[in-house]
Amino acid sequence: MTNKLQRVLMGSCLALGLGLTTQANAEELRIGYISPVTGIFAQVGKDMVDGFQMYLDEHGGKLGGMDVKFIVEDDQGKPDAGVTKAKKLILQDKVHMFIGGLLASTGYALAPISTSEKTLYISSVSSADDLTQRQLSKYPYFLRTSWTSSLPHQPLGQWACDNGFKKVIVIAADYAFGYETAGGFQKVFEDCGGKVVQKIWPPLGTKDFGPYIPTFKADADAIFTTMVGPMALQFPKQLRGAGVKLPILGSGVSYDEFVLPFMGDEVIGDVSALHYSAAIDTPKNQAFVKAYRAKFGKVPGYYSENNYTTAMWLDEAIKKAGGKYPGPEEFIKIMASIKLDAPRGPVELDENRNPIENVYIKKVEKKKMFGYDKDELWNTVIKTYPKVSQFWTYGKEKFLAQPVYDRDFPPCKNCE
Amino acid sequence: MANQQFKILIVAATLATLVLIVPHSGSFVVLLATRAMAFAILAMSVDLLLGFTGLSSMGQAAYFGVGAYLTAVLATKFHFGLGWDFWIVVILGILLGAALAALFGLFAIRAGGVYFLMITLALGQCVWGLAYRWNSLTGGDNGINMSGRPNFGLDLGNEVTFFYLVFAFFAVSMALMYVLVRSPFGQSLAGIRERELRMQILGYNTWLHKYIAFIIAGGFGGLAGVLWAQTNGHVSPETVVLTTSVDSLLMVVLGGSGTLVGAAIGTAIVFGLREYLSTLVPWWQYVLGGVYVLTILYLPMGLMGLLSGVRQRFGSQGKGEGLKKLATKPS
Amino acid sequence: MNTQFWVVQAFNGVSYGALLFLVGSGLSLIFGVMRIVNLSHGAYFLWGGYIALSIIAATGSWALSLPLAALAVALIGLVMERLFLRSEGFEFIRNAVIGLGLGLLAALAAVRGHFIGAGWVQFAVVTALVTMVFFFVFSRVSIIPIETDVLRQVLLTVGFAFLFQQGALDIWGGNNMDINPPSALTQSIVVGGTYLPLYRVFMIGMALTFGIVLWLVMEKTRMGAAVRATVDDAQMARGVGIDTNRISMFIFALGAFLAALGGVIGGAFLGIYPGLDFEILPLAFAVVIIGGMGSLGGAAIGALAVGLADNFGKALFPEVSYFTLYAPMVLILAIKPTGLFGRD
Repeated sequence: MTNKLQRVLMGSCLALGLGLTTQANAEELRIGYISPVTGIFAQVGKDMVDGFQMYLDEHGGKLGGMDVKFIVEDDQGKPDAGVTKAKKLILQDKVHMFIGGLLASTGYALAPISTSEKTLYISSVSSADDLTQRQLSKYPYFLRTSWTSSLPHQPLGQWACDNGFKKVIVIAADYAFGYETAGGFQKVFEDCGGKVVQKIWPPLGTKDFGPYIPTFKADADAIFTTMVGPMALQFPKQLRGAGVKLPILGSGVSYDEFVLPFMGDEVIGDVSALHYSAAIDTPKNQAFVKAYRAKFGKVPGYYSENNYTTAMWLDEAIKKAGGKYPGPEEFIKIMASIKLDAPRGPVELDENRNPIENVYIKKVEKKKMFGYDKDELWNTVIKTYPKVSQFWTYGKEKFLAQPVYDRDFPPCKNCE
Repeated sequence: MANQQFKILIVAATLATLVLIVPHSGSFVVLLATRAMAFAILAMSVDLLLGFTGLSSMGQAAYFGVGAYLTAVLATKFHFGLGWDFWIVVILGILLGAALAALFGLFAIRAGGVYFLMITLALGQCVWGLAYRWNSLTGGDNGINMSGRPNFGLDLGNEVTFFYLVFAFFAVSMALMYVLVRSPFGQSLAGIRERELRMQILGYNTWLHKYIAFIIAGGFGGLAGVLWAQTNGHVSPETVVLTTSVDSLLMVVLGGSGTLVGAAIGTAIVFGLREYLSTLVPWWQYVLGGVYVLTILYLPMGLMGLLSGVRQRFGSQGKGEGLKKLATKPS
Repeated sequence: MNTQFWVVQAFNGVSYGALLFLVGSGLSLIFGVMRIVNLSHGAYFLWGGYIALSIIAATGSWALSLPLAALAVALIGLVMERLFLRSEGFEFIRNAVIGLGLGLLAALAAVRGHFIGAGWVQFAVVTALVTMVFFFVFSRVSIIPIETDVLRQVLLTVGFAFLFQQGALDIWGGNNMDINPPSALTQSIVVGGTYLPLYRVFMIGMALTFGIVLWLVMEKTRMGAAVRATVDDAQMARGVGIDTNRISMFIFALGAFLAALGGVIGGAFLGIYPGLDFEILPLAFAVVIIGGMGSLGGAAIGALAVGLADNFGKALFPEVSYFTLYAPMVLILAIKPTGLFGRD
């Protein structure tokens, strides 16, 4: 094909808007961001982007002195689409790194691209355990600034045991996130002497808990629950409606600030665990919550905080690298050397590139906070486990020797 | 028949242009084209049922899904299909898709019209449930990650090489389906679509004809699934959801059912809108929904119908015989 | 597993079935009269819930939101049916509406592409121009009426389902919300040591009321007789002078009304959130498939069967809970393709 013909054909592609390639600018840091900004997870996707964008706005659109080109791509909540968008960001926009991914499956789908394209991927929300555990060696260009699903729930198991709970019913959404949260709780709780006496796995998306509630064992003294999205609103309501008065120990996401404003008073007193609560009473967090609320009209949840912190982390790292992006290997080393003071508290990476962070045991209370004049539901922190590792107190070797938490691991020895 | 040859020539020329231009037009475009072509095989298999047999399947994602999961499971659990044995996986994928269709067809073929649509939907949902639930095999919600594409002398890890491969599968599939619908068997399918009762009276076993067409479509669905898994390197229950089936059906109607080429065009447009327009504007869903509504309302024969309409208006030779049909008959 | 377990599970199953009846009966009636499967039925359910939330936010009255939201969605259904599914005589308005939609999109695109500034005047001018062009084109195109093609109608409702989904997201945002009924309904009554949530009793009551009213209308009124005749044989009905066109309009609006009512009632029980539309849709399908399409009694039996099967299936065989719904559906269809009470 002649050169001219080729150019004409290319031109027609350009006319269609295809084949556009961005000219690389030496001083700018190009960051790709993948989140579901349309489709059923759109609000979460927006909260994620808002957190990151807010930090950028507060710092004049610069990180570590570099101008930032922040490109948001929509994965529609589909891992397949996430893969395409990641490749678009890398191949067409020539980004230095890509961040985001909400669902565990998206995280799993995006990680291999970081390997094949030798581009840094930072998971700022997606929490699938094994990415920074047994599968980490496959992904040398990957790190996480958020959490693993089991991380906050292992301390919750300890807390339940320390606070005199003996027999607990586990009811969690029937998918990997449910298994990993419940598994972390059960392992630590039982190692400490407690007993999980029943495990129930309603399908993801269950809203009618009528079939399950009557099967609860009568001799239990608490319920551990992992409910996500709309499930989180209905479970406590129907549980109390059916006359069950057992205390709830919940996964953090079942009570986080994303669902809390839409909950009724029946959740007051419910306990949950997470690496963030908007009600952490520190000046740093108060400033963050107030600024975020002033800007977006809602209290930030961990989706926003995690991304705000990610931007902050990048800011420090670029600064430390001397105002330039030094390539993924070097950059990961720098990220790992930083001890950050984030709204959620002190954060740093462990040797598996997952954060070591505080875990907050929270209780839902109706009160006024941070000078707001209305009574609202807040996740009051009742106990802080400082600097928790994804391996809890087991140590990396011992922890990784066991399989990943699953439906049948740890096995339910005390059921029936 | 000269008209028919002319059409084939146009399609062949378009395909040749595609294969010449796309590899030079930026890696993202290559990837998009690869994805669209893998999916287009699925859409064409839907057209085989909808356009040529009169069966509106709302569960084609099932065969797509088993092909994709088969590829991923063999690759990760048995390290099979990473070299030349990739070709065995392709054959297995086609066979598995066909076998599943043979099973489902026993339930579905008896029903006609809207009932067929509903029963295939229910069957598709069963496969989705299995993908979600059979954790030890499918990885449940997390899905399965594959660790790179096969390499058998040809390194499919290279996006352009892989594009050529998928292109080849796409072109061959289209040719095979074309031959099929022009064959006597294909003609009797068309007869069944137009007037099933008459065909029965004429002594045709219409059930068997439909059943065989259903199985063949399942085989192509399985093939599309194998390629899809390799394209993304990841398989999850999202691959098997209801919207995958609905999408493939809408793509066919968008491009023009009963034309095969229309299915491919419809796929290209939907992928273009969804994966490219979505990088530009947040309201792309209105555009997609609007395109669906407009096409269904004003272009019952899809975009291909528009083409033939334009040709007729300007008085060129075609009588547009292949395109004159309605999408389907009311049940 | 004592008696109490069985009683509670049966009660839960029946109350869930009651909700499904509201959604499924509308879908079934629409199918009976128009022979189409309305795939935007889930969207009506969702929009009913969202509109109720807006009404509650504005007036504070839950009781008011029930009829108002349902009527609002019935109106949406009416417009959709008249303009798009049975548009004979309304082509003018339809073309204008679609032209306007395209005009707005084009203007949005022009703003986005910086072809024009962000001012209202320019926006309006571009919208008006494009609208006129498309209106002209559409008025010129002679199309095959969509009434003759069931599949096209079904697919059209899919297109609308996507539009409704995105519309809901843009209007009400993507948060998971919940409808809070009056506190009198959130209590439980205790019967023989068994807690029965009053809201579930209320759902059963609503389904019974509407079921009986519908039955009476269908069996005892002239209108009902005309509807039944249309379900049996539309051509024959037209032959004896029944205005099937008006019947179809009435039934489609009624179906939308029932779906939206289900959305308001179900909103306190399932929540209101993006994606609910496509979650409720297969359930409504299951109801009409099992019961047989076009039959009110079938919808009642189907709803009860789905509610109970789903409930007991999940309680007794949690391992296969993904199939407790679809497997029976496939089996029934395979044995009797028109459902238990369906005629064809």
